[in-house]
Amino acid sequence: MVLYWAFVLAIAMLLYVLLDGFDLGVGILFGLTHEETQRRAMLSAVSTIWDGNETWLVVTGVVLWGAFPVVYATLLSAFYLPLFAMIAGLILRGVAFEFRYKTERMRWIWDASFAGGSVLAAFMQGLTVGALVEGLPFVNGRYAGGDFGWLSPFAVLCGIGLCLGYCLLGACWLVRKCEADVRDAAYRLIPYLSLGLLVFLIAVFAYALAENLPIMDRWLERPYLFIFPAIGVAAAIVLSTSVRHRRDGPPFYIAATIFALAFSTLAISFWPYMIPFTITFEEAAAPHSSLAFMFWGEGLFVFPLMLLYTAISLRVFRGKVTSTAVHY
Amino acid sequence: MDLTALLLSRFQFAFTISFHIIFPSFSIGVAAWLTVVEALHLVTGRPAYRLVFEFWLKIFGVVFGLGVVTGVVMAFEFGTNWSELSRTAGPIQGVLLSHETFTAFALEASFFGILLFGRSRVAPWFYLFSTAMVWLGTSLSAFWIMINNSWMQAPVGYVVENGTFVPNDWAAIIFSPVVWVRFPHMLLASYLTGAFCVAATGAWYLLRREFTAEGQIMLRMGLYLAAILVPAQLFFGHLTGDYVHHYQPAKFAAIEGRWHDEQPASEVLIGLPDSTAETNHYAISIPVLGSLIGSLSFDSKEVGLTDFSPRDRPPVAIPFFSFRVMVVCGLVMLLLAWVGSYLSFVRRIERSRVLLRLIFFSFPLPFVAILTGWFTAEVGRQPWTVYGLLRTADAMTPFLTARAASISLFVFCGLYSFIFVFGIYYLHQLFRAGPTGRLILPPIAAFPTRPMSVVDEPLGSTSHRFTPGE
Repeated sequence: MVLYWAFVLAIAMLLYVLLDGFDLGVGILFGLTHEETQRRAMLSAVSTIWDGNETWLVVTGVVLWGAFPVVYATLLSAFYLPLFAMIAGLILRGVAFEFRYKTERMRWIWDASFAGGSVLAAFMQGLTVGALVEGLPFVNGRYAGGDFGWLSPFAVLCGIGLCLGYCLLGACWLVRKCEADVRDAAYRLIPYLSLGLLVFLIAVFAYALAENLPIMDRWLERPYLFIFPAIGVAAAIVLSTSVRHRRDGPPFYIAATIFALAFSTLAISFWPYMIPFTITFEEAAAPHSSLAFMFWGEGLFVFPLMLLYTAISLRVFRGKVTSTAVHY
Repeated sequence: MDLTALLLSRFQFAFTISFHIIFPSFSIGVAAWLTVVEALHLVTGRPAYRLVFEFWLKIFGVVFGLGVVTGVVMAFEFGTNWSELSRTAGPIQGVLLSHETFTAFALEASFFGILLFGRSRVAPWFYLFSTAMVWLGTSLSAFWIMINNSWMQAPVGYVVENGTFVPNDWAAIIFSPVVWVRFPHMLLASYLTGAFCVAATGAWYLLRREFTAEGQIMLRMGLYLAAILVPAQLFFGHLTGDYVHHYQPAKFAAIEGRWHDEQPASEVLIGLPDSTAETNHYAISIPVLGSLIGSLSFDSKEVGLTDFSPRDRPPVAIPFFSFRVMVVCGLVMLLLAWVGSYLSFVRRIERSRVLLRLIFFSFPLPFVAILTGWFTAEVGRQPWTVYGLLRTADAMTPFLTARAASISLFVFCGLYSFIFVFGIYYLHQLFRAGPTGRLILPPIAAFPTRPMSVVDEPLGSTSHRFTPGE
């Protein structure tokens, strides 16, 4: 039962990172362009699905609370300020989607909050993951780092890295969904973003080596983990060929694969800890009566239904959006 | 323990949840209203019902969307500010809230899509069914939330192991008698919100002499519905009072403004509670009525606040006054609903412009009643978060600083005011535009998980059509 809920949690988080990842990325790229038709095309490439994507964040939150209350309580309270900043970012960009087209005079407000909110949310997510990898100060299983205990150069680096990663996902999504100049602009960006991501990964690795982060020991203990970066390198090569041949479909899937690989690498290097070297899955799990009640209600029926529903909604809106036929 | 941080956290939670509750209670009411209108449309075939439906579907989209956006915060705020509560009660509360997310998502997301796109693609009865499912989804959401809150008010079905609340009887938690008076109380409050907003909108159109056919439907149905619901609501309010009397005597005493045991007890109608002197100033009270209300008897002994040590007493002024505001709102709504329904029944209401104006201005009443009702319930529960088991001071994140708490409070006050101003502005534009002849075209970009996209069009251009001389 504990394993089942750990699995559900991992799926929910991965789906969130992949799905909201690309639309946050599009949001960041949105801030880099100024042309109205391009902006409209970019928005319509994500407008049908962003809210459904964000549902997975709420699912992650409540599953974490119900199934692993200790981790929910510990992490959310430790990351107090970053979390509120992330939520504020998500709210800003969420309402921007809805209000942007309802006004013309004040559109710039919503454009700014859309791009700014996306950057803020993406950066804070990367920062929290970075801080977790580096290790938070805990005393007797309780966070003891103060208001800014999560703030470190490494965490900031990871925040920037995730922004880059989301941009790459977003650019690949735009290639898939858009045509003409938006597509071309995205194609031009992909090599730079990939390069930036590569530099980031090297920097992270060097930092981890230099600081001798405890998580590095996991890699020495579990050499099979190196399979993941190996596949990642292979994926990157495939990505560059399909970008060179201007094939619109594959880049997104490849970028998503790279993300999934990075996610699994992290998850496996954490295992069996949920908060590295402080709380394990077994320790964090809610009592059996809680997990079982969740399982028979939502775990068995609603969760598969949600997966199906996400798949259907992505399928319904497959294909290109054309910047001319946008309803707005 | 930082006492300032505690105060700021309490204020922040109160602010964010009060802001949030406005939208779901409205959208639950409107979802019910949409179902009724669609059923009437199906039975009578009158096109006016169709126009009314489409109009309120747009309103529903905006309100529902704002509810979703402000609800995301709630899913995290338990962990950030109340980490001790979420750690110890997570095995119960986390599970209940995850049920809420899953069930609400499953129903609302799936069937809201059909409401947007399905009119021409599904059978009429199935369209009605979908509307009812959206209604059920919003109500189910309220159901799980009320179970969660009722468990905090009157905890049942748990054992304490290693300092955490371990559920051992889910049936007791879900079928707790407290749930089954408070859930209907909240549900009726939402339906009343819907009814009064609908009636007020109808009255507004009649006063402006536009959309009169639709305005009449809204006014009449809103008033009739309210005329039936307000008495039912008063009854469930009384039952809610009974549970407080039984489970939370200190809260009951605070609401009543009763400082000392009395037999038979009097009822303080109004006064100024003074917790240092432990008495009420300028009180107007009626003898014996207190016993009658508390225990339905003429000579029962009713408990006073001084029976509890000061550290176990709730603050008195907030429950005392907010309860009275709620009751007054309820009574005014009863009066308006009954007089309005009578005049509407004898077809004289359109001539009574004063009453129409009163009904129009009554739309904030249900919102005020809901907010003050919750203030009574939640402040009255203090100093406890889980009643009798976990104090609010112990529920807070132990290392939270006043600095962090004031930053988040400041940011969210600003952010919410920003959203609120724009949200109200757009709703106002929608109401001004009114139930026009143009039906919703299924927007290419609209999608069920994006409810507000129903009205994706610059509203400025819609209202242009009513500018004279254009």
